[in-house]
Amino acid sequence: MNTLTQSHSPSHWSVPRLSGRWWPVFLRNLLVWKKLAIPSLVGNIAEPLMWLVAFGYGMGALVGQVTISTPQGDTAVPYILFLASGSICMSAMNAASFEALYSAFSRMHVQKTWDGIMNAPVSLDDVVLAEMLWAGFKALFSVTAIMFVMLGLGISHSPKLLLAWPVLLGVGITFSCIALVFNALAQGYDFFTYYFTLFLTPMMFLSGVFFPREQLPGVVRAISDWLPLTNAVELVRPLFMDQWPEQAWLHAAVLLVYTVAAFWLALALTRKRFSR
Amino acid sequence: MNTPLFECQHLAKRYGENTVVDDLSFRIAPGECLGVIGPNGAGKTTTIRMCLGLTAPDAGSITAFGLDMPRDTLAIKAQLGVVSQIDTLDPDFNCAENLLVYGRYFGMSAAQIRPRIPQLLEFAALSHKADAKPGELSGGMKRRLSLARALVNDPQLLMLDEPTTGLDPQARHLMWERLQQLLQQGKSILLTTHFMDEAERLCSRLLVLDHGRKIAEGRPRELIAQHLEPDVVEVYGNGALALAQAEEHAALRALAARVEVSGETVFFYTAQALPLLAALGQHHQLRTLHRPANLEDLFLKLTGRQIREDG
Repeated sequence: MNTLTQSHSPSHWSVPRLSGRWWPVFLRNLLVWKKLAIPSLVGNIAEPLMWLVAFGYGMGALVGQVTISTPQGDTAVPYILFLASGSICMSAMNAASFEALYSAFSRMHVQKTWDGIMNAPVSLDDVVLAEMLWAGFKALFSVTAIMFVMLGLGISHSPKLLLAWPVLLGVGITFSCIALVFNALAQGYDFFTYYFTLFLTPMMFLSGVFFPREQLPGVVRAISDWLPLTNAVELVRPLFMDQWPEQAWLHAAVLLVYTVAAFWLALALTRKRFSR
Repeated sequence: MNTPLFECQHLAKRYGENTVVDDLSFRIAPGECLGVIGPNGAGKTTTIRMCLGLTAPDAGSITAFGLDMPRDTLAIKAQLGVVSQIDTLDPDFNCAENLLVYGRYFGMSAAQIRPRIPQLLEFAALSHKADAKPGELSGGMKRRLSLARALVNDPQLLMLDEPTTGLDPQARHLMWERLQQLLQQGKSILLTTHFMDEAERLCSRLLVLDHGRKIAEGRPRELIAQHLEPDVVEVYGNGALALAQAEEHAALRALAARVEVSGETVFFYTAQALPLLAALGQHHQLRTLHRPANLEDLFLKLTGRQIREDG
């Protein structure tokens, strides 16, 4: 391969080249969403609320309290609080995943919005960054709405919820990066069903959202330790209980590694998709 | 010659074993409309994609406005207006919002874009549709909105990939009128098209591509004069094919410089049509059409009459 050829074909894996041009793309999504915000708010809150009511109050009446281990020793937690703190992570995950899969795919592949944007001086890297941050924002929006409902229901009054808020934004960003990897590979919407049923749904059950992970067999638990949702729940749940998370930096680092690696992979695969 | 506004040198693009663009060089002078014509799969769209930095050439160089690709891709695109083959309008925004949102991608503020919107809509003959969404527009309106959107940054050079494909004659003529206006304002245009009358009407110069290679380049009339006899007589009807093939009609065929058969039609190319028409007049069962040679004849001569795989 001669130098000329090399200079013309930059590797798909080269370092992301990001600029402030992601902002008009983000703003575009925000403007579209503003038109539909109210119906989308209902959808965003209704589903997690149903989980909470059905499981939290229904199962909660059967289960009563759940015992979890904290630095202060074993603590008994009302099941509704246990579930709320886990399911809000799940909501962040779902909101970000839906946006970065179905909606981003519509814009990228169906409406060709990305192609239109890239005819202007906006690079693909900035478009992917904008979609990533946008899906993170959508997660934050859902999480905020659900938090207000939880406050209203008196499930938690921990002042540390203020800290849980940016953490949940980070969780949304992690899952939006992972989802964008699958977006880059998708040929149609059907593909995302696999992602949800084979990846996200099992993870929901293995990450301590619905029941303590102590219930899991050892091997499964060892795997569960490294799942992104597990690390998100481990960070967020103590904050709901007005406690500090154990090994917070380790969990944050795991999420950060997922985020950076997934963003890079998503970008490389998307560049490859668009290089034809 | 003026310094070119845009110049490609020795561009090449391969996908695996398939060479899509092969050693292609061309330049666009300020104020010029360069037409790129070629059958489906000739490499027109790939060429435009390379010119926009959307796909990297395997060899060759692209410069525009004194800037180099790929280093200055974004700075080059800031001065370009693009209408792609497929509409990429935002279905959730109305016409005015489409222009506003698109202007922001060029780093323009809402205050800079807003005063331009009424002018752009008027240019696109869409003033009465400012609040309509693309889904409510006809095909021609959508294309004109795409053109208006491509003008939001007041570009020097427009790249239009088949801007009139799928439009009815009225919509096409309106589009041509607008493109003529832009040329009069001093804008330059790179245009790909399948319509030879469009190419002849709008383009000061043409590039004929086939299998990724440039097979001809020049002014439309000059290309026709260079490659074709000035007159064409088309013959249809029972016995037309015999004229082209049978031994007994050799004398008639000698009146034409070249005879071509396509399906049931025979094409006689000649510099002197009158003797040929007189001879054809003997065959009452035939219908004839006498016309000057046009760009379509040139196109078919250069690229053949065979349907392409993806045609």
